[in-house]
Amino acid sequence: MAGELPFEKPLVELQSKIEELRKFTEEKQIDLSDEIVKLECKAKELAEEIYGNLTPWQRVQMARHPERPTTLDLIKDLCTDFVELHGDRLFGDDSAIVGGVARFNGIPVTVIGHQKGKDTKENIARNFGMPHPEGYRKALRLMQQADKFNRPIICFINTQGAYPGMAAEERGQSEAIARNLREMASFGVPIISIVIGEGGSGGALALGVGNRILMMENSIYSVISPEGAAALLWKDSGQAQRAAESLKITAQDLNELGIIDEIIAEPLGGAHRNYALAVQEMRKSIEKNLTELRNLNSDELVEDRYDKFKAMGKYNLLSEIS
Amino acid sequence: MLRDIFQKKRKYATLPKEKHVNTAPSVEKTQVPEGLMVKCPKCGAISYSRELTKNLKVCHQCDHHYAMNAFERVSALLDDGQFFEYDNDLRSDDPLSFPDYLNKLESDHQKTGLSEAVVTGEGTIKGFPVVIGVMDSRFRMGSMGSVVGEKIARAIERAIEKNYPVIIFSASGGARMQEGVLSLMQMAKTSAALAKLHKAGGLFISVMTNPTTGGVSASFASLGDYNFAEPGALIGFAGRRIIEQTIRQKLPDDFQTAEFLLKKGQLDKVIHRKEMRNVLGNIVSLHSVKEGI
Repeated sequence: MAGELPFEKPLVELQSKIEELRKFTEEKQIDLSDEIVKLECKAKELAEEIYGNLTPWQRVQMARHPERPTTLDLIKDLCTDFVELHGDRLFGDDSAIVGGVARFNGIPVTVIGHQKGKDTKENIARNFGMPHPEGYRKALRLMQQADKFNRPIICFINTQGAYPGMAAEERGQSEAIARNLREMASFGVPIISIVIGEGGSGGALALGVGNRILMMENSIYSVISPEGAAALLWKDSGQAQRAAESLKITAQDLNELGIIDEIIAEPLGGAHRNYALAVQEMRKSIEKNLTELRNLNSDELVEDRYDKFKAMGKYNLLSEIS
Repeated sequence: MLRDIFQKKRKYATLPKEKHVNTAPSVEKTQVPEGLMVKCPKCGAISYSRELTKNLKVCHQCDHHYAMNAFERVSALLDDGQFFEYDNDLRSDDPLSFPDYLNKLESDHQKTGLSEAVVTGEGTIKGFPVVIGVMDSRFRMGSMGSVVGEKIARAIERAIEKNYPVIIFSASGGARMQEGVLSLMQMAKTSAALAKLHKAGGLFISVMTNPTTGGVSASFASLGDYNFAEPGALIGFAGRRIIEQTIRQKLPDDFQTAEFLLKKGQLDKVIHRKEMRNVLGNIVSLHSVKEGI
């Protein structure tokens, strides 16, 4: 297995043992198939045990896996006729956010997402998927275009967060994110936001004000990175594992909290092990949600989004407490 | 149509007497500096606490703007220092069972007398009714959790209903970590409420005070029809330390100050505290003319 994570080690060892036995069978012409079948059974059980009981920290590692499908991978496999569009018309073209027009099941849609790279070189070019204001403003421009031409919008969220840099601050990182939040709330077209890896803070939410919020099974969505929370709370970023557990950031947690609408299942071992299967599940989910949303008119869509976010939050009335 | 305008006008009339609550407690009670005298953190000048309060908590020597608490702000801004408070019965929950969160809330409540990091309500400024929200950085660093988001969203909804302008004074370290992604979603909630206000043609004035950062700066605080700030206020998305670590260089001293952002085109105006009531009153009055000349 390529790109294995620390907790996958026992499984990897078992699988390489099976591989060895296979080779042995071939080379020495000794029939070990009984043994192999037994071990394969065991490997299957072990895989189910490992992947069926992932801790929040293990999910974080899965969500950050370098081989996980990126926005462009997903657009390529989910859509046809994709035309990528560039630039915010104000400052530049941010390669940490990609977007354009395409067809999903024949329907014209606008697709936008954070774009991470798969290796260091690509990641440097993509700024590790951490946008500057011009990235958010490009996204806004494309969403306004979608609104004008009545195209549904599909957003893919996958970022550690908005880039914390000097130029980003000078050009209004806060304003760019804030404006997206307000404008996304007012568009009269269906918006589906899907967290496909890391959903890091405001930089993620800037593509997240959807009628539906979906999360892939091994993705995370958080107000602050586990490392950041650990540094603030315990003055030790090494406690990230503990923070990941306290913060409730996994798809399963957020589903329980009622923040997201649906979890998109991933193949055993994560989306990076089988893109086709991951895309198949995502397609089903988008189809279903888009069909439902396309029955609403533009006012209903705006209202639906408002009600959704207005309902988020947990608080008590004083009279209920005492 | 015309009649509507007049009806709304009538709504602008003074608030019912019985609704008036004097929420600005006496000087002795709200006096933040504990001693008789305070030393300015910027220039070192010593002021009598009482004099400082009289001077709107601005240093007489260097103009440094000391932190103002929510009640001081309300009394400095609104006519007669009075307003009718909204939703002061909302209390934070502990949705994630986050370690130590409830204790921290309780201790901030004890220290400040506040129930949460924002106070919302309505009053008049120069005779014009407004909905106002004032954040108080003494309560959980002014961070935005479910209650802060809900109170702000409700205040905006009321403003839409009553056709009143909204003024929000921000003072916040950002989203409240202890409520996890629920806090993050308050950014969307408050911004969505402002989208409604925007669509209804309502006025929103945002005043950023020290500090306005993170999730508050990246949501409602940046969405004013007018974005104002107090002198010297720290305003930004990411923290200075994080930026310095990321770019591996020292940032200029004035980085992320109100003055710096004004220069970069990110603010409409930096307003001295002594001018605040006049400028805000003037803006609100400019928007109260509903018919052309």
